[in-house]
This record gives sequence, C-alpha cells and structure tokens, in this order.
Amino acid sequence: MKSSLAPFIALAVLALVPLMGIGNYPLHLLIMVLLWGYVYTSWSIMGRLGMVSFGHGAFLGIGAYVVVMGWNSYGLSPWFGVPIALALTAIVAFLIGYPCFRYKIVGHYFALVTLALSEVTRLIIVALRDQTGGSLGATPKTALAETSWSLGALQFSNKIVWFYVILVFWLLGLWVWKKVDESMGRLALEAISQEEDASASIGINVTRLKLGVTMISALMTCIGGALYAQYQLYVNPETVSGIGISLQMVFGVIAGGMYVRLGPTVGAAFTLLLAEGLRLGFGNKYHALDSTVYGLMLVLFIIYMPKGILGAAMEAMGKRSAPQPKPYSR
Amino acid sequence: MLSVNGLSKTFGGFTAVNRISFELAEGEILGLIGPNGSGKSTTFNLIAGALAPSEGSIRFLGREVAGTHASKVAHLGIARTYQIPRPFRKLSLMENVALAAYYGQAERPTRERAWAQAKEALALVNLPSEESARVDGLGAAGLKKLELARALATQPKLLLADESLGGLDESEMNQAADMLAMIRDKRGVTIIWVEHIMGVLMRVVDRCVVLDHGEVIAEGKPESVAHDPKVVEVYLGTDADEVQRAVAGRAA
Repeated sequence: MKSSLAPFIALAVLALVPLMGIGNYPLHLLIMVLLWGYVYTSWSIMGRLGMVSFGHGAFLGIGAYVVVMGWNSYGLSPWFGVPIALALTAIVAFLIGYPCFRYKIVGHYFALVTLALSEVTRLIIVALRDQTGGSLGATPKTALAETSWSLGALQFSNKIVWFYVILVFWLLGLWVWKKVDESMGRLALEAISQEEDASASIGINVTRLKLGVTMISALMTCIGGALYAQYQLYVNPETVSGIGISLQMVFGVIAGGMYVRLGPTVGAAFTLLLAEGLRLGFGNKYHALDSTVYGLMLVLFIIYMPKGILGAAMEAMGKRSAPQPKPYSR
Repeated sequence: MLSVNGLSKTFGGFTAVNRISFELAEGEILGLIGPNGSGKSTTFNLIAGALAPSEGSIRFLGREVAGTHASKVAHLGIARTYQIPRPFRKLSLMENVALAAYYGQAERPTRERAWAQAKEALALVNLPSEESARVDGLGAAGLKKLELARALATQPKLLLADESLGGLDESEMNQAADMLAMIRDKRGVTIIWVEHIMGVLMRVVDRCVVLDHGEVIAEGKPESVAHDPKVVEVYLGTDADEVQRAVAGRAA
C-alpha cells in the first residue's frame, strides 16, 4: 500500500541526495540534521518516558573528548577510544541514575541533578586544559596529511562518506526507538511516570527499568559525541557539554515533538535552521542570542504546541482524514 | 498463611503502628478495621513492602517478607489496592491491568497470556476490556474496580484490599463487599480488607482485627467484636449501633 512504501521511497531519495552534486554547505547542513537528529532521538528515548534529563551534555562530552584525547595523547585509535568512552558513560550514567531512581528523585529534581552533571563535565574539560585544550577546544591530530581517508583514525575528508556513516547511525537510532516503543518496558515506564508506587506494587522493578532505558539513551548519546568530534575534527567544551547543549537538546526535541519517531529529527532541522538563520542574520555581534531565543521559544512551544511541530502537524492531518486511534499492539 | 509478629513502624517520634500481631489462615477474609489514623494503611504498606518496618516480623507462607521491596512482594503473591485509587491515567483499562499480569507474577507470562489474564480480571469486576475503554470514563466505583482488577491480574494468593468505601453509595458498597466475597469463593484468594466503616464489612468478613492508635484493641468473630466494649467506645457516637444491627442481620 501507499503508506507502507512511502518511508522507503523517502529514505531512498534521502540516500541519493549527496550524489546529486549538491554543494558542500547544504550537504554539511544535511549531515548535521542527521547527526543531531540521532542525538535528539537518543535523548528522547528516556525523555519521552518521563525522565527529562539536562545531563546529556555530559554523555556527549565524554564521547567526544575521550576519543579525541585518546588519539591526541596516546595515539589510541577511535576504534578503541569509543569503547572506553562507552564504558565511562555507562559508569557515569549508573552513578547518577541509580541513586536517583532508587530514592525516587523524579521530575524537576531529576532535571536539576542531571543539569549539574552536564555542567560538572564541562568544568572538568575546561579545568584539564593541559590535556583538553580548555575552553579553546581541541583538534584531533590529522591522519589525512597524505591521504584523503583513514579508517584507523576514523577521519574522512569526503563529506559524502560522513553522510552515509551518520545516516546509518540515524537509522539505527530510529530502530532502537521503535524497539523500545514496542516493548512492554515502554508501557511500564509510562505507568511509572504516572504512578510510581502503584507500578512497584504490581511487580514492576522501577529502578531496573529506568536504569535500563537511561543506559540505552546515554550510550547512544556518547556515540553521537564521538561521531560529532570525528566529523567536525574539532571539539569545544561549550558545543559538546555543559548547560547550553543540554538545553538545546531538550528544546529541539520539544520543538520537533517527542512522542513521534521523527519528531526529534524535525526538531534538529528546526534548531539548526534557527541557529544558522540567526548567525546569517545577526552575525556574531550578539553573543548568546541563540540561547536566548531557544529559551523564549521553549516557553512558547510548551504553552502553545506541547506536542511539537511534527506532533501538531500529524494531529492536524489526522483530524482531516479518518481518525485512527492507535491501539497498543501485542 | 500470614503471620504478623510485634510489628512496629515509627515516623520520627510518632508511632503509627505499635507492636501489632495477628495471624491469617488461608481462604479467610480478615477485616482490618479502626477509625481514621489508627494505623490500618500503614500496616498495609508494611506488608506490601511500600514501607520497611521499624521492628517486628511478617511471615508469608513460611518466609520472612518484612522489608522486602514492593515489586518482590508482588512476585511472592501479595497484591494490594490503594485507598485512593492510583490508576495509570493515560493508559487504557486493558493496559493498566495487562501490565499487572505481565510484571506481577513470579514467572513472566507471554504477552498473549498477560492480555488474556487481564481480560479475565476485568471481566471478574465487570469492567470493559476493549482497548478503547479509558480511565477517564470511570467514576469512584469504577476506579475501585480497576484497582481490584489490577491486583487480581497479578494472580495473588493474598489480596490486601484498602477499600475505604467512602464516596460510594450504599448499593455500591454492598456490591463491593459482595465482589470481595465472590473473589475469595471463586479464585480462592485470601483477603485482608481494610475499612473504617464497619457495617458493610461485617457482612462478609470471617474475622476482625480492630486497631486504634496503632495497637490491636480487639480481635475475633464479627459478632463478638461488635459488642466488645473497647470497640464500642472507639466507635461510640459513630456507627456502633449500626454495626450491631448489621451483624444481627447477617445471623438472621
């Protein structure tokens, strides 16, 4: 039928776009949308189930910096750096998640704890300036002096290669979302977010479920950080950790719509266009203009469009065509 | 089946439950009664694992369960309802109950089985099991039934029913009482029924434990408890007469 084929056609068109000779800048934008779409999707996997984290900047930062520092300081290939970053992310996610979930730190309090986490990560990166380059950021030593690509260093000068690498991760992110969405765990986590004590009383192991989905989300975000660093070949504590990026993730997801699978990706496109628009429109004259605009728009979205751009659009379309309540399928 | 011994719970300097002890035999319906604030709900929370006791033991089927986590207690075969219903409001009735069937048993069933058990539990309390049936449409009596269905779906051996029947009219109260009796008879579930209105409870319970200020002040058959001077004193001016009438009506 039309509806079942449409996503594959859209995907095929998307996969062919870089081969149609679009310029470097549009290709860069497309890659960034997919990369941030993947990161936002990772965030939403826990965010939409009642665990709003402002701490994902920490996981992104660990992914980016561990890989870059491993390469620069020890000549460690990203192929080894990424597993180390993942292990470190898992430890940090556990140390933050376990006490929160065990002692029922939820809602705003959970958001505050995680907010501290992402800021602490940024401060650590800045404080270790001898190793990390501090607030000036760091550039991975190039492996592309004599060649245009190096698989061992995970560096490719050709953007088209990056497009396909990131496209694969983006698709994987959407696949994980689908798997989580179809699991009983999703239903249980929704129940937990509504009535935590009652959930425990019917046998749901609240701590374990929350920790599980947090791990999935954090580890995926960590990979996003590593991909970002390898693609940009530059990392900066402000762009991969701290409050700013964490807030941007939350904003992007809410703007796009966190209850539909492509919502976070739409949010990524929206935030990117917004940031680029502000940059082109106002230059760098007004520092932190984008953060201010994000904050303002976040408030407006929460009040007037809580389901986000895609959520609202789908609702509007659903009203026009036949309404289809989607029952939970076994 | 259940044996509570010297159970205490203090919150700071306040003693909510003070060294209470009672026994429960398999297949019994035990009424746990007492005025507001007498420690009934705390006792419930202690047995269900929502609170850890300060002192004392709770043995269920020969196993110490005091301080066991709530989700583990559910797997051992103890289910509970809440005095103020706590449905998962954004889920359908079916999903509410199916979650309990899926997660509430010691051995996790397949999804198909969990859905079948949920359907059965909903049917038992006369609630609809279509996917479209939502929590929003339920009134006070419906929410109580949903609490029951959710607890029953975990296939419990012991049901802790926190049924403060306030908010229900008389025929609804009687229906709720009959439903608990039916659950015991049909499903062989042992029940502890918490209530502060004594009349309706006296019709169906086999035995009563009366709490006041966190202590057991009387225990025994409904007819003897209803005439116990200490119980009459606690309930004096409320519904002692009515209770005695209800007990008399039951004998007749």
